[in-house]
Amino acid sequence: MIVELGHLALVVAFCLSLLVAVFGLGGAHRARAGLMGAVPALVAGQFVFLGLSFGVLTHAFLVDDFSVAYVTANSNTMLPWYYKFSAVWGAHEGSFLLWILIMSGWTLAVAVKGRELPPAFQARVLGVMGLLNLGFIAFLLFTSNPFERLVPMTPGEGADLNPLLQDFGLIVHPPMLYMGYVGFSVAFAFAVAALLSGRLDAAWARWSRPWSNVAWAFLTLGITLGSWWAYYELGWGGWWFWDPVENASFMPWLAGTALIHSLAVSEKRGTFKSWTLLLAITTFSLSLLGAFIVRSGVLTSVHAFAVDPTRGLFILIFLALVVGGSLALYAMRTATIRSRASYTLASREAFLLLNNILLVISMALVLLGTLYPLAYELFTGGAKISVGVPYFNAGFVPLMLLLSAALGIAPVLNWKRTPAGRLLGRLGWVAAMSLLLGVGLPLVLADAVSWQVMLTLVLAFWILGSHGADLVRRLRRGTPPLAYVGMQVAHMGFAVALIGVAVTSALSVEKDLRMAPGDTLELGDLSFRFVGVERVSGPNYLADQGEFAVVESGRRYSLRPQKRNYLARRNVMTEAAIDPGLTRDVYLSLGEPLEDGAWAVRIQVKPFVRWIWLGGLLMSLGGVLAVLDSRYRRLRVKRDARAAAGAAATV
Amino acid sequence: MNPKRRTRLTVVLFLLAGAGVSVTLVLLALNENINMFYPPEAVVGGEAPVGTQIRAGGMVLEGSVDRDSESLDVSFVLTDYVGAEFPVRYSGILPDLFREGQGIIVQGELNGEGVFRASQVLAKHDENYMPPELAEMSAGHQKKPNPLNYDR
Repeated sequence: MIVELGHLALVVAFCLSLLVAVFGLGGAHRARAGLMGAVPALVAGQFVFLGLSFGVLTHAFLVDDFSVAYVTANSNTMLPWYYKFSAVWGAHEGSFLLWILIMSGWTLAVAVKGRELPPAFQARVLGVMGLLNLGFIAFLLFTSNPFERLVPMTPGEGADLNPLLQDFGLIVHPPMLYMGYVGFSVAFAFAVAALLSGRLDAAWARWSRPWSNVAWAFLTLGITLGSWWAYYELGWGGWWFWDPVENASFMPWLAGTALIHSLAVSEKRGTFKSWTLLLAITTFSLSLLGAFIVRSGVLTSVHAFAVDPTRGLFILIFLALVVGGSLALYAMRTATIRSRASYTLASREAFLLLNNILLVISMALVLLGTLYPLAYELFTGGAKISVGVPYFNAGFVPLMLLLSAALGIAPVLNWKRTPAGRLLGRLGWVAAMSLLLGVGLPLVLADAVSWQVMLTLVLAFWILGSHGADLVRRLRRGTPPLAYVGMQVAHMGFAVALIGVAVTSALSVEKDLRMAPGDTLELGDLSFRFVGVERVSGPNYLADQGEFAVVESGRRYSLRPQKRNYLARRNVMTEAAIDPGLTRDVYLSLGEPLEDGAWAVRIQVKPFVRWIWLGGLLMSLGGVLAVLDSRYRRLRVKRDARAAAGAAATV
Repeated sequence: MNPKRRTRLTVVLFLLAGAGVSVTLVLLALNENINMFYPPEAVVGGEAPVGTQIRAGGMVLEGSVDRDSESLDVSFVLTDYVGAEFPVRYSGILPDLFREGQGIIVQGELNGEGVFRASQVLAKHDENYMPPELAEMSAGHQKKPNPLNYDR
């Protein structure tokens, strides 16, 4: 009975989204204050009912209600309660319900926080978001109902959650990622509302900017968490695979990064306006494309959702409508936009343009590599190919290095033009220092380092140096605004990640070998002795646990990697043992058992690998800090003043 | 032409040149890094090129897996169960879901004697998920893919 309530709540939410769309867009079009005024309440209702629906599904998981097909497929009585909870979004139906709940959460946030917007504009934004939600809920109701029952053949036990997903990373990674994906729908809705109303001024960019920043911060965090999870949970120490599913999240990130920078120019200088609109549309379209890629199973991927054509087709049509509709609107309206662009090459505008160009090219590169196998199959009538990792690296790495080179100059630049003398005076010594450090440090600290690593390090120091110097200069003049601090933190985070990627790619040591109990491996200043394997048991698995005695420059510790056998699905899983550290991770995993008690073992030392995620965290933090800037708070103060005046008037 | 226009023209030309160069480089890189996929039939029938990076796939033939007792070298036979099969050699750790009778994909090169030297072995990600290439090839032998699997 409760389960049916969940389904019913979903249907109610569907109807409410329809009303949000009609009242919002129709009310704004006809200028009916009454219709528009009802929209925020409808949005709140939509959120409440979706929350109810989500709560019901969660309840079904927690009480092991195996009459629900989705619960049966993804849970088990032996599963610990916190994994029962996260199993709600462990597979297609539930994760999409989470997506929708988050979408309605963002809508509610716009309804509450967007009160300083002109009412018609806000109504349009909410209307567009309602329309999107309508499509999403329809998708869930018609193709992927999570509340489908297995009656009367109710099984007594569930199939269990995929063991790869029984992990802390899965509890947090999808919600963060979805917050980002879906968050860009706000920027999209702002763009469409602006196009509809013809209000394409700098104010639009200022309203849209904090939302885009927050969405971007979440997406950054989500991708970082995903990379970290893949690193320790897939068991083999990789942190990025250029897998289509990863690319699906990375493309909106690249476009979104371009968007938040382009928005800065639109807000401050009133230029790049149509380009910014296009980016807002593109970013969210790429989020939808990501959903299509992940959910339809169209692509060759070792890890992807399995195939179900009805779902794929639904999303494809939805995608076509959203992209086609918004681009058509864009084409009709932007011809009227005029920008007075007057800036020189040595200006912030020009460099932000360069940033946009490089990011968009990178995005196109990833898009091409991701969709190419699909296109190839379509045009050759079924021939299968895959695009190798070297393709992505060959294109992406040089582009990011170019971006880094330009980024180092960014803090010194003025709007419009920058005197050449100042550029040289402020950056000359930074360039010299970064050259010295980037080439010198690897030569002193490591034995053999490639020129690519040196180049990357030089560029990372270049960014850190120029930003650090600028920060010092700004601090001398008093407390800088939070927007500036956010920019600093994010850019330094980028440099930190750059160092991590370069060092770990170049200097990681990996050794696959056969070890019998008692065997010892010497690896640099590390020694590993394989003590033996014992049988241990977890809540829902049995495991062979290896013990390795490690001696690292005099420090002694043990690492205990496991080979787990999950009972419900009979899945075998590699659980790596990691000794984490800021300058290096020691990473041990058990392969398969061989004869005579010996095991295949992989031993890895990965220097600076944590810097990659540390950089990601800093970037995300930077995005949040920028939003907390008092500039955006001033809007609220003004609104509060207005509200107070209104209240006074009614009294 | 006034100076402003000239600057703009320079920028546009610069961008066009940059775009042209990058598109060329990208397409070259793409061309070099495509791995064609071949089923056992094509590997045995000589359609698959020798000495080129390719992907091939099939089911691991029961009883064909042979581990060297000193190293991590392993050999096995991939089959489509309808007559075509070919030997694979690999050195390293096999994926968790590598098992006899299951579908896998190998990436590497075919040598002159028809032996596939694999640099990578990719297994299905769980009990029901099947790489699309294999799902098509072995429609007769495989359970219907279960749409409920989530692998990240």
